[in-house]
Amino acid sequence: MSDRSNSKPETGAFFARDRAWHPPAFSPGYKTSVLRSPQRALLSLDGTISEITGPVFGHSILNELDNDLIHNFARPGESAIGERIIVHGRVLDERGRPVPGVLLEFWQANAGGRYRHKKETYLAAIDPNFGGCGRAITDDEGRYAFRTIRPGAYPWPNGVNDWRPAHIHFSVFGHGFAQRLITQMYFEGDPMIWKCPIVGTIPDRQAIEQLIAPLDWGNTIPMDARAYKFDIVLRGRRSTLFENRLEGN
Amino acid sequence: MVQDLGYLKETPSQTAGPYVHIGLTPNYSEIGGVYETDLGSVMVNDKTLGERITVTGRVLDGAGAPVKDAVLEIWQADSAGLYNSPSELRGAADPNFTGWGRCPTNSADGVFRFETIKPGRVPFKDGRKMAPHITVWIVARGINIGLHTRIYFPEETAANAEDPLLARIEHKERLATLIAHKEDSVYTFDVHLQGDKETVFLDI
Repeated sequence: MSDRSNSKPETGAFFARDRAWHPPAFSPGYKTSVLRSPQRALLSLDGTISEITGPVFGHSILNELDNDLIHNFARPGESAIGERIIVHGRVLDERGRPVPGVLLEFWQANAGGRYRHKKETYLAAIDPNFGGCGRAITDDEGRYAFRTIRPGAYPWPNGVNDWRPAHIHFSVFGHGFAQRLITQMYFEGDPMIWKCPIVGTIPDRQAIEQLIAPLDWGNTIPMDARAYKFDIVLRGRRSTLFENRLEGN
Repeated sequence: MVQDLGYLKETPSQTAGPYVHIGLTPNYSEIGGVYETDLGSVMVNDKTLGERITVTGRVLDGAGAPVKDAVLEIWQADSAGLYNSPSELRGAADPNFTGWGRCPTNSADGVFRFETIKPGRVPFKDGRKMAPHITVWIVARGINIGLHTRIYFPEETAANAEDPLLARIEHKERLATLIAHKEDSVYTFDVHLQGDKETVFLDI
């Protein structure tokens, strides 16, 4: 956690979260949320130093194959089965500024929709060369990229016949603990997006569209892999115009 | 018309789902050989300054059942009250303390456990000191957006009494939900997602 970005540290509090844009805690169409959603109002508080600060990870934690899910679990000389894709994009804040040096972690099912997890019982086969996890740290311009196979859709016990659209889970750190975010990326043109109760926890269609990665033909590598572009926006932070008192306290 | 502020919208949250361990704690999830260790599993080393403590507990749903597929992350100051973060401008934090930990609730009994140190006090925005606390973030299947809360310490009676965040809690009987139970150096903190004992969660 020691090597740090060269950019000037930011100390402003974060923009208040628009909780009407995010999914509400209680969304009965997604059944597990019924008993796992707080019923009391959240206690709102302008960010203190406990939330304005957050862990930052150096590139030293990364191995060479951490952002290559096709190979990071595969036996030597072999590779995961499926449609080869590159997922790339930028991490920006709400003010449109790149967020450098932030850790992203990804996880997903294999090409047949099967997760490598002991609690997973779907009958589709495990791919012996696919683990399903990866990570990357954004560069000075907020860019990240990883190589993977396109995950398959999979059924889940919610409604009688509910299937998740193809998706990749993302965990994103910012520079402050209040920016911590977990979300899911979906693929352009997938008709299952609009049937999914988890997607449907998000009330605003425009917010859902923010989670759909377009096919990026320009960055597709001929005879190798197609590309999808997925930009992520984290909470912006206020300029410390007249309130930068932290040093003096 | 007026000028456009030009702000982007924050990427909306989605649940971490039941297989969050694949991405955040792959070694715990028996996906070996990709990462050397699970990130956040160790916060201290032999040289870390401060009082060693264990923080443990469970996450319980609205029916009182333990949530066995959650992941908790904690973030805290060092023993001198400094954060190991580039945004910490008051001084250099203990280099032997990460300040950040990550732990799944165990799939068998639902228990999480952090080996850490007791944090020092840090200032509120107006300069008053907050009571020692640990910031907590919880994700799981069924939780659509990560839940923030804080752990406070029961022996800090005077500091807790003047803590600006605790003072904001209107229903005083709910303060107890943010205060751990202490036995020797072990603090137990159960998170109640819903119901009569519902933990105070924060919009911060």
